[in-house]
Amino acid sequence: MATTSPASARRVGRRHPMATTALLVVGLLATGGAYALATTTATAETRAASAQLVDDGGKLFAANCASCHGMNAEGTAAGPTLIGAGALAVDFQVGTGRMPMAGSGPQAEIKPVQFNQEQIDAMAAWVADLAPGPAVPSARFIAGDGDAANGAELFRINCAMCHNVAGAGGALTEGKWAPGLAGVDPVHVYGAMVTGPQNMPVFSDLNLTPEEKNDIITYLRYVEENPSVGGWDLGSLGPVSEGLFIWIFGLGALIGVTIWLTAKSN
Amino acid sequence: MAEADDGVNSEATSKALAAQDDHSAPVPAVAVVRADRIANPGFPPERLRVTDLDPKKEKQAERTIGALFFLSVVGSVLAVAAYVLFPIDELDPSTIRLNNMFLGVGITLGLLGVGIGAVHWSKALMHGHELVEQRHPTRGSDESREKAVEVFREANAESGFTRRNLVRNSLIGAVIAAPIPAIVLFRDLAPSEDPIALLKHTMWEAGTRLARDPSGTPIKASEVTIGSVFHVIPEGLAELEYHRLEEKAKAAVLLMRLPVNELNVSEDRASWSYDGIVAYSKICTHVGCPVALYEQQTHHLLCPCHQSSFDVANEAKVIFGPAARPLPQLPISVDDEGYLIATSDFNEPVGPSFWERAL
Repeated sequence: MATTSPASARRVGRRHPMATTALLVVGLLATGGAYALATTTATAETRAASAQLVDDGGKLFAANCASCHGMNAEGTAAGPTLIGAGALAVDFQVGTGRMPMAGSGPQAEIKPVQFNQEQIDAMAAWVADLAPGPAVPSARFIAGDGDAANGAELFRINCAMCHNVAGAGGALTEGKWAPGLAGVDPVHVYGAMVTGPQNMPVFSDLNLTPEEKNDIITYLRYVEENPSVGGWDLGSLGPVSEGLFIWIFGLGALIGVTIWLTAKSN
Repeated sequence: MAEADDGVNSEATSKALAAQDDHSAPVPAVAVVRADRIANPGFPPERLRVTDLDPKKEKQAERTIGALFFLSVVGSVLAVAAYVLFPIDELDPSTIRLNNMFLGVGITLGLLGVGIGAVHWSKALMHGHELVEQRHPTRGSDESREKAVEVFREANAESGFTRRNLVRNSLIGAVIAAPIPAIVLFRDLAPSEDPIALLKHTMWEAGTRLARDPSGTPIKASEVTIGSVFHVIPEGLAELEYHRLEEKAKAAVLLMRLPVNELNVSEDRASWSYDGIVAYSKICTHVGCPVALYEQQTHHLLCPCHQSSFDVANEAKVIFGPAARPLPQLPISVDDEGYLIATSDFNEPVGPSFWERAL
């Protein structure tokens, strides 16, 4: 094979040995400069867009939320202040249909969502603009591609006592309840952990890191997508539904067999 | 000896027995002579079954029973087939479900087919007369009693049980000694230390850092934001080699932060909390379930087992349910690096009541 050694190539070539390096430097400067220019304009556009968004959000807030939360989200007797609540809290409360609230009661009910995502984002931007608060997480923390086993352990320790080990939900005191977690959008699961809506405690990033939250979301997805190994799970409610089933159908069958055994044939 | 008082009497005998008034004769101890005794009415007239009356029905019942037994055979074969056709794949837990279900259906058919078939056979085809079986007297005949005594006497003579004292007494000694190892071994299953002292102390002591469950990383006071709840174990518990679960069962703690103005602290507990951060034992004072259903706004802690509710804002006072005492509070403070530490062990035994508990 006719392969030329690098040494001989340098000797016979017409280019200066430093030509490649020079070209590289020029190329890098050109692309870097162009990129910087492009991104500057992009940031300016985003800023303009987000100012518009905040403005829209303020109008939506004044029309739909201010009667309870106050015109400047300072809070009234009917609703808490939202200063410092952050975009994530708005995304959770409005995005799951809990807000605007149907009526005062032990717990805000989950209703059909009243706004589209753009409007929700606008309100979230307005609330986030009031004071710093938890923001919507980046996509990689809600992707549900983490460690399901670790998520399961964290879920059992931190969440399962209220939400049930399979995320089926459960009752709390005085008419409150922990909702079931099947079919909940991962961003809302994340948002609930960070913001602690209503009576749920807060699990900040200093308690459960974003990666650990992603593990928990992974576990919930695993439970939802994989059938119960034990067969018919009867709503995963444990001894309540299983006990009811066996008392009615199991004992019922035993009584039926007993009657049949002792009855005289026709 | 047995034939005279042995069981099955014919229907005629039972009717005769019923007619014979064997209870009317005065018994010496009971001096009441019953003159108005209602006569034993005997059996109602026998009702014949359709299989007794109609040969076609009899044939049909026979076929049904045969079909049930055949179904049982099919079920048993199905169980074996299911075991082969639906193997458990270790990597796919859902295969366990199919395997169990078809195996279960097969075995159920196999067993129920035999059972239901046999009962149907006896009910529909075997004879349906009603009859009485008199219970025979418990006392054996003189002859059999004498024979039993004779057996004992003979055995004694042959073995020399009453004659060879050495053999007999050493046997009694051996039988008494045999259970002693079991007594010693089972007795040693009890805690070697004083069990009451074990119940009164946990792993917490002055200076132990509060750590996250399960990772065991210590918690800084600044990390506990308002409304937060942390599930806490003592630092070092996660690394314990022995008795980790026993220690965790006593030392598990729930750490919460309340707005300072909503927390009511009594004077003697003023130094037990830090800037609205409080730590309470997670073990219910009723029967020891983990109490961890914390409501952020109401500051109520609910026990899932029997619905005891504790008010964290008021030193975990019982506000509902069967628990008799508030949850024990763990006195906490902050060390010079900002980590939360316990300033002592709990000041009372955690968990449910026990006999020697002072309170």
